[in-house]
Amino acid sequence: MDIRVQQEPFDLGAEANAFAARQAGMGAVVTFTGIVRDLEGDLDTMEIEHYPGMTEKALAEIADEAARRWRIGDALILHRYGRLKADDLIMMVATASRHRADAFQAAEFLMDYLKSRAPFWKKEVTDAGEGWVAARDEDEDALGRW
Amino acid sequence: MDVLYFAWVRERIGHPKDRVETRAATVRDLVEELRAREDRYAAAFADLSALRVAVDQELSDFDAPLGEAREVAFFPPMTGG
Repeated sequence: MDIRVQQEPFDLGAEANAFAARQAGMGAVVTFTGIVRDLEGDLDTMEIEHYPGMTEKALAEIADEAARRWRIGDALILHRYGRLKADDLIMMVATASRHRADAFQAAEFLMDYLKSRAPFWKKEVTDAGEGWVAARDEDEDALGRW
Repeated sequence: MDVLYFAWVRERIGHPKDRVETRAATVRDLVEELRAREDRYAAAFADLSALRVAVDQELSDFDAPLGEAREVAFFPPMTGG
């Protein structure tokens, strides 16, 4: 398991290649990437705050839970914090398994859980002002399917 | 113990951390003590349904006993991903 919380940008291709290259006997690698959206066309920055210490622990627990539920050989969770711009990459997950179903499901599980169980908060700064992004009921509801 | 605030809770209170001497038995008791401090605390803790709490970096709830807890954090629902 590889858990990283960092301010620096990351190279999606390089991370995906490195993750795939270090797997042995795995027939499937699934990756997901989250990107900053500018829905109204007025986003200046997105500021991501987190809880140092708890963040890493929460992500590791989520990854461990995924490994208990599915036959995955490895998982990567990389999440940025700090000041981001539209179209910047916020985060990625990668999972590896012998067959694709486990990797797909584990990746979806990781995403659902880290959206509402990992201590990150997003603030949007626009021309009109700034505001914290509210948690969505759908994200909380999504946990129910697991 | 250390009491930490994140996101709009931190902004409303005006700083990220307080060092608190308390005999509060539960998280809810601690919240009552904090509310009594100043208006900005009362404002931050006005609606507990809008808040989440972690005790020693584990998600918890407002009825949880504090025991020997060393760190309690208050924040809005999380928005990762």
